[in-house]
Amino acid sequence: MSAGRPSDFRLVAGAAVAALGFLGIPFLIAATPIEPVMGIVQKIFYFHVPCAYLLFLSTFVCAGASIAYLFKGSEGGDRLALCSAELGVLFGLCVLVTGPLWARVAWGVYWQWDARLTSALLLWLMLVGYLLARRYGGPAAKRLAAGLALFAAVDAPLVYVSVNVWRTIHPNTSVITQSVPEMKLAVRLAALLFLVLWGVLLALRLRLERARAALGELELACEDALEGP
Amino acid sequence: MTTLRLDGVGKTFGRHRALIDISTTFSTGQVAVVLGPNGAGKSTLLGILSTLMQPTTGAVLWGAERMGRDSNMRTAVGYVGHEPGLYGDLTARENLSLFGSLYGIPDVGARVGAMLTRVGLGDVRPDAAARTFSRGMMQRLSLARALMHEPPILLFDEPAAALDPQGADWLTGEIRQERAAGRLVLLVTHDLDAAASVADQLLVLRRGRLTFDETRAGGFAPEAVRSLYQEKTRAGG
Amino acid sequence: MPAASPGWWAQAAQIARKDLRLEWRSREVLFTMTFLATLVVLIFSFAFIAGDDSSLSPSVTAGILWVAVLFSGTVGLSRTFDREREGEAIRSLLLSPVPRSAIYAGKVVATTVLMFMVELIVTPLAAVFFSTTISTHAAWLALLLLLGTIGFAAVGVVFSAGLLRSRSRDVLLSVMLFPIVAPVVMAGARGTSLLLDPATPDMGGALLWTQVLAVAAVVFVTVGLWAFEPVATGE
Repeated sequence: MSAGRPSDFRLVAGAAVAALGFLGIPFLIAATPIEPVMGIVQKIFYFHVPCAYLLFLSTFVCAGASIAYLFKGSEGGDRLALCSAELGVLFGLCVLVTGPLWARVAWGVYWQWDARLTSALLLWLMLVGYLLARRYGGPAAKRLAAGLALFAAVDAPLVYVSVNVWRTIHPNTSVITQSVPEMKLAVRLAALLFLVLWGVLLALRLRLERARAALGELELACEDALEGP
Repeated sequence: MTTLRLDGVGKTFGRHRALIDISTTFSTGQVAVVLGPNGAGKSTLLGILSTLMQPTTGAVLWGAERMGRDSNMRTAVGYVGHEPGLYGDLTARENLSLFGSLYGIPDVGARVGAMLTRVGLGDVRPDAAARTFSRGMMQRLSLARALMHEPPILLFDEPAAALDPQGADWLTGEIRQERAAGRLVLLVTHDLDAAASVADQLLVLRRGRLTFDETRAGGFAPEAVRSLYQEKTRAGG
Repeated sequence: MPAASPGWWAQAAQIARKDLRLEWRSREVLFTMTFLATLVVLIFSFAFIAGDDSSLSPSVTAGILWVAVLFSGTVGLSRTFDREREGEAIRSLLLSPVPRSAIYAGKVVATTVLMFMVELIVTPLAAVFFSTTISTHAAWLALLLLLGTIGFAAVGVVFSAGLLRSRSRDVLLSVMLFPIVAPVVMAGARGTSLLLDPATPDMGGALLWTQVLAVAAVVFVTVGLWAFEPVATGE
């Protein structure tokens, strides 16, 4: 892969933005006022919330790409679904680690069966299931995993509603709406930066998968040349 | 006469090429035998001809129609494999009526009776579950299932595997009979003598490629099949 | 050559009848599923009942019941699809001109009927073990179980069919199925517990959960009808 192609430029630019952002955002976060009730621990939300967005985004990208694979036979769709599922598992892990850290201070326990965290956990389990099915699902693994992604996407609203009625103790309004403008700005910037990071990681991971597919084609072509009729 | 034409058919599983650029034509009223070592792509070829697999490249044409997932094209095919493709806990009659009604055959009951007699199972105990059948009886029932809807194309995938010599002879007779009835018969086998006894057209596959494809009016002698198989499955052959 | 193909509904009914007839021959899945479900209920009783009080809170009873349904249903699905794999019967089914969605619908119906029969036996048993009254809202409870079972079967049939040729199909079925049906189990267990509570039965709450189960069933069946063909029957 030679440098200088447009996709490489975008990749480098994205990586640079993300890197600069991650250098700068701590100052911005430090500058936000300390939340009067929860104290300094509230600042974990600048990581927690963007990661949660990306978990949801990954799930839906995975499902959309899976539809393209299932119904149009798009191999690119399959690759995109795999890569976004992996990223979903990664960012979901961030959500599931930072959530309890915060909960320990705010609620006194690591794990509360609160609506949003439980929904995130279930989505995360579905994405892990996707990766397991894809890996160990036998000859139909790719289509099987794509089917799981499809069900996961339609299941997400159901999960959210059920869990919400089931239990609601998440500080759903106390963080963002009562926050001062600095907090809003910091959360939004953080979300944007995480999105860029997600995009960069996705592009890199996709590039690897594409290279792998291209290598496969080359191997086949080599075999053809050697075997020729 | 209708033809089944393969036009540049290829099939790739991930990084494995099961079939590469297969072009040939099969005709009704003839028996085509496909030979080849394990892994040569014989099963994949049958999968594509039976519409259960889609070719990665190329097309299969039945007459002027392209074969594919379309369920109407599927009824043109009857399939007998080495596995019976039947439900062991149902009786012979129930198995046949189930598939008969799935194919929408009118007056299924009469047809089932006729088919059972036709494959020599007319006197079988009506309440016996298919799993109690011997291998030979099972293969007869399997043939009856494949012929229920009178398909013009009949595919055999190593049908004589694990059959006793009488069973194998019976099967050879059946294949000849179906050819005489004007069906297009395709037989995949490892048994070179059986191949020689029925083949009008002989094909040899090696590592996904067609290395031999010829139709001979007088059929093939057993020695000819043997030497052809030796020659055409050798590396670089 | 056959005349016109029979209609979609007739074909789906054929598939369902075939599955139920196969089951009726041996009653293998029915008996083993019922026994397994009963064992699950008993094991939980050993784990939860303490002292001389043999009653459990309605939410625990409801939870145990739904876990028993989930486990026995998963095992039942595996066995039903084993029958399709034995002797490659599934290939004959796929070779027939039946639309894949009709095969799916037939299998969902058969699975639902089978699971529901098990539930009809296990629910009264659980009520006896936990000294709970179920007769007050018996019909409603049956509706909850039925809707939950349809939702479960709608997802389970797609995955089981896709897993037909996988070596780790048994564990993968649970791994894929449980997170997806978690809202069904949640809604079922919560709804059941509200109905079982003798002191303060919460009809409004039970209605809400019934609606969640109905929506889940409709959504899962719709997606299943759509996704079954590419997931389960590609090459």
